[in-house]
Amino acid sequence: MLNTILSGDYPRSRILSVLLVAIFICLALGPFLFSGTRAFTTLGMICIFIVVVASYDVMLGYTHIVSFAHTMFFGIGAYAVAMAIGAMGSSFSAIGLGVLAAVLAATALALLLGMLSLRVKAIFFALVTLAVAFAFMSLVNQLYTITGGEDGLRVRVPRELGPAFRLIESDLYGFSITTFLSGLFTQPWNLGEVIRESVYNVRVNGRVVMYYVCFFFSLGMFLLMLRMMNSPFGRVLQAIRENEFRAEALGYRTVYYRTATVVLAAVVTALAGVLFALFNRYVNPENTLDFELMVFILLMCVIGGMGTMYGAVVGATLFLLAENYLQDLLRVIGGLVDGVPLVSGLVGPERWLLWFGVLFVLSVYFFPKGMVGQLRVWADARRRRRETG
Amino acid sequence: MTSQSPVLETRELTINFGGHYAVNRVSCAFHPGTLTSIVGPNGAGKTTWFNLISGQLKASAGSVLLFGEDITRLPAPARADKGLGRAFQLTNLFPNLTVLENVRLAVAARHRTGYNFWQMVSRRRDIIDHAMQYLEQVQLGKRADSLAAGLPHGDQRKLEVAMLLALEPEVFMFDEPTAGMSVDEVPVILELIAEIKRRQDKVILLVEHKMDVVRSLSDRIVVLHNGELVADGEPAEVIASPVVQEAYLGTPQQAAG
Ligand SMILES: Nc1ncnc2c1ncn2[C@@H]1O[C@H](COP(=O)(O)OP(=O)(O)OP(=O)(O)O)[C@@H](O)[C@H]1O
Ligand SMILES: [Mg+2]
Repeated sequence: MLNTILSGDYPRSRILSVLLVAIFICLALGPFLFSGTRAFTTLGMICIFIVVVASYDVMLGYTHIVSFAHTMFFGIGAYAVAMAIGAMGSSFSAIGLGVLAAVLAATALALLLGMLSLRVKAIFFALVTLAVAFAFMSLVNQLYTITGGEDGLRVRVPRELGPAFRLIESDLYGFSITTFLSGLFTQPWNLGEVIRESVYNVRVNGRVVMYYVCFFFSLGMFLLMLRMMNSPFGRVLQAIRENEFRAEALGYRTVYYRTATVVLAAVVTALAGVLFALFNRYVNPENTLDFELMVFILLMCVIGGMGTMYGAVVGATLFLLAENYLQDLLRVIGGLVDGVPLVSGLVGPERWLLWFGVLFVLSVYFFPKGMVGQLRVWADARRRRRETG
Repeated sequence: MTSQSPVLETRELTINFGGHYAVNRVSCAFHPGTLTSIVGPNGAGKTTWFNLISGQLKASAGSVLLFGEDITRLPAPARADKGLGRAFQLTNLFPNLTVLENVRLAVAARHRTGYNFWQMVSRRRDIIDHAMQYLEQVQLGKRADSLAAGLPHGDQRKLEVAMLLALEPEVFMFDEPTAGMSVDEVPVILELIAEIKRRQDKVILLVEHKMDVVRSLSDRIVVLHNGELVADGEPAEVIASPVVQEAYLGTPQQAAG
């Protein structure tokens, strides 16, 4: 059963398994474990970006195709649904049309990119994707009558996915892990009180419904891609990564496989873009098409571990947590060292990007194969030690 | 030799690297059940000729025919599909995949499973078992789970051969299969080649520098020199001919490439 779900591709490291189960539980019960809109938004973004990064990993990690057009496909999905809703009003048929348009546009563009430039050198493909992505971004900026330009588009989701809708009339209860943990540390003698304070009400509205759409989409897409990477198709991709010349000599038409990979990644990301638009309810070039976002996706993939699939889960989660909460952490630390010259200047919340960079350098230094790759190396070494010793 | 029509034929096959003719108007036909050795000094064009036949290089002129069909314009994968199998002189593996996976990819190519994106690889026991058999044949069964990159050189050469065997092609092209192997490993590979030859229905092309190997295995010897075919015939006759004595045996015999 589990073997079929995970396609026989286990985490193969105890620490990684624990980490993945923890992430799974936190995302599955998200709205019932973390209170507040900020946590809610972060959870949704993690779900969506797991899919975005996993599909990027299919290209980068499994096939060694370097593309800078991933955000373009993400943006295509987001803008397709935003524009469909803008034109047709907020209805599920508008969303359906948006999805259809997103899939068609992503497929067509990816096919074009693949056929035009996958036959030539990898660096050339990378440059072409970069150029196309920039062209697309300036196009979106210029066609402001339909795209809203830099101001972007608000996405009026159907009532069933909005805050006014109630799936269940009465509220449910949630248990805030963060309140509980901070209470446990600051006043452990007051356990009863801490537990009581941790309980909060959860209104099961359309936003929560939307979150679970994202969650199950993320879970389904991740498992689908995990399966694909452990299928004969996925193994051919790895063969192409390792030695394309030899893969051809064995009879694999690598251009087809590479094109299929680019199309697959494009369509999956476009779908993630659709969900982003519906979840975030606001789309602009900065949050969907920006080059900074492209670099972030690349970093999430590398930090998590390329060519592992699970790396996308770990990478996206850690990265988005750091991006959203590093400032708060720095503020707390800054409070502790307030008044100490030099040090207090270094840990202010406005220095978050600096620490972000430091964390990235450290992670690449200590985890050259990415988190997942490195955890597996350690697990293998441990296993070998136990066998010999 | 035989009255059957040839399986493989090159006609006036030529490639020109910026004025240098690495293979120059080479015409030659190969019949099933025969083992042809291709000899010639370093840089004679043997590997280049192989590359033209199996599609890694595009001919400047001339043609390649397989079962009478002109395949000169087909890319390498299509030629592999049609039965041209190649083992490379410079070891050419999937370094960070396991030894078993290297061979499994070859078996899977023959079964044409590559576009199946839904089935788990582990569910095709038949393909995996097949791959394992080829590994046993080259005595690499014990190393199945190591990474190809981690094998010693001799074992990598054996893996290269196992991948060719796993393709079960109509034409086997071995490019110095035993180069760099230790003396006790060489007979294993030669016996495998002799085994294919005994089946009587395949074409075997063998590039080899070791003259004793060539003499004992070949039905026919073709000599290349400066990209041109300079001798072609029965082993004893070719080896004795002045052109070989001069063009080939006069130069150092051992080469790694
Ligand atoms: N891609 C290429 N571009 C330019 N010249 C090439 C190329 N490939 C081969 N050559 C040249 O063609 C000639 C024939 O080389 P080839 O590798 O076919 O020789 P060979 O007979 O296999 O020699 P060896 O016994 O050393 O393996 C050499 O002079 C080589 O430098
Ligand atoms: Mg050679």
